[in-house]
Amino acid sequence: MNANLFIPTLFAVVFAPLILGIINRTKAFFGGRHGQPFLQLYYDLFKLLRKGATYSKTTTYIFRLGPMVGLVCVLLATTLVPFGGIRSFLCFPGDILLFAYILGLMRFFTVLAALDTGSSFEGMGAAREVHFSALAEVAFFLGLIVLAKATSSASFSDMYSSSFPYIWIANSTQMLLVGVAFFLVLLTENARIPVDDPNTHLELTMIHEVMVLDHSGPDFAFILYGSALKLWVLGTIFTQTIFPFRSGSIYLDLLFSFLAMIVLGVIVGIVESTMARLRLLRVPQLLVAAAALSTVALVLSMR
Amino acid sequence: MEQLINMLMVVILLTNLLLLGSSRMGTCIPTLGFQGILLGLALPVLLFLPQGITTHILVLVLITIPLRGILFPFILFRVIRKTNIQREIEPFISYPVSIFLGILALVLAFWMNSRLTGMSVPSLHPLLLPVAFYTILVGLILIVSRKLAINQVLGYIVMENGMYVLGIAFAGEVHLLLELGVLMDVFVAVFVMSIAIYRISREFDHIDVNQLQNLKD
Repeated sequence: MNANLFIPTLFAVVFAPLILGIINRTKAFFGGRHGQPFLQLYYDLFKLLRKGATYSKTTTYIFRLGPMVGLVCVLLATTLVPFGGIRSFLCFPGDILLFAYILGLMRFFTVLAALDTGSSFEGMGAAREVHFSALAEVAFFLGLIVLAKATSSASFSDMYSSSFPYIWIANSTQMLLVGVAFFLVLLTENARIPVDDPNTHLELTMIHEVMVLDHSGPDFAFILYGSALKLWVLGTIFTQTIFPFRSGSIYLDLLFSFLAMIVLGVIVGIVESTMARLRLLRVPQLLVAAAALSTVALVLSMR
Repeated sequence: MEQLINMLMVVILLTNLLLLGSSRMGTCIPTLGFQGILLGLALPVLLFLPQGITTHILVLVLITIPLRGILFPFILFRVIRKTNIQREIEPFISYPVSIFLGILALVLAFWMNSRLTGMSVPSLHPLLLPVAFYTILVGLILIVSRKLAINQVLGYIVMENGMYVLGIAFAGEVHLLLELGVLMDVFVAVFVMSIAIYRISREFDHIDVNQLQNLKD
């Protein structure tokens, strides 16, 4: 078995929390602060893993299952996405659908766990999360169709193969449109600023954070790590769509892809520092706009 | 070059979507001006560069840019300043639905283009005619879906922009005087409409066309 197959997953597992550190440092830079260390999330994870978990008496086994299922789902998703031109561990025609629905399963269990607590705040957050991600899914799938049409393949590894840069140049307009749509999807799915503020602690406006309020200790570590991995996998899809680069050397490609992820962290940080959170009523409009961008790209490539 | 024109066309498509989706006049009017400049400068120059730019094109560019890119936005800004309008609160068709209609219009525009195969349309660029149809359709949607009179002027200009793109497709064949005449008409129409809006707002304290139907003398 080729050891290279493990590289995309390995990169995700090791470096995912680093991207959140980069986002936080970028935000701190814009705020004129020094900011937390780049490795803060790693420290947080170790701290949480050493703690015990507290469970409310009203919760059932679903609540305990939620974080674990979420982490397993997103780990499975990391095995589906190639990185730096290296094929993913699992790849077959149609794995783009599996990828989207594995993330959907993760969200489903997060939502179930949130509803299981019986807290009205968490129910509110769950309703919002489901609402927005249902809209984001439209943009994501339409974008995937454009990619699949341009590369005539239905697997991430075949899409981002060595010939992708040439296809990209021939279809650069569509690719840029899809890239922007993917970026909006990434911000929505990962609860970043124009949609949701990861730092807020005002329950009335929270979306993702409110659902995980009741989790503690190792469970919360799983959730934090899971969301870092989710940012990483969606980020790799975005960066590979928008920065196609193949040098022929594996190490150079890996280095470039890694740099692209760091650039993504900086971009997200800049977006978060320069934009205000949208009103909840405006969020669907943003996602409809993302879907519109994907549709324009689709119409252009169907022409 | 081909990709550059493609991107330009898509940016024109996106300005149309932005016009459909934004409620603030402060966003709409600059977008309209930007669209005017794209249509007036970038489109003819990029399209005709390979075959050489004639005086015809040059005159067209020199007249279109000041008119569509600068004068129309200026007139509209003046109107919103005088009538004190910031944004349209409740249009007939809400903004997300407008964007959705815009997407349907896009599909319709490409479909219309595909039905034109039998006609001898000069094809400068495969996207030119769909973009023209689309811009006209967006102008129509803007006119019927908005309540404020100023937005209808906006829709009228967008529709006219679309006709101008359609005109570019025939630029080699249509006489320059004809196009200048059309531009003159548009200019006068926008001018008169802006004065009319100002008068309406002075007389009735609003420019909501929905309420204009029960006017009595």
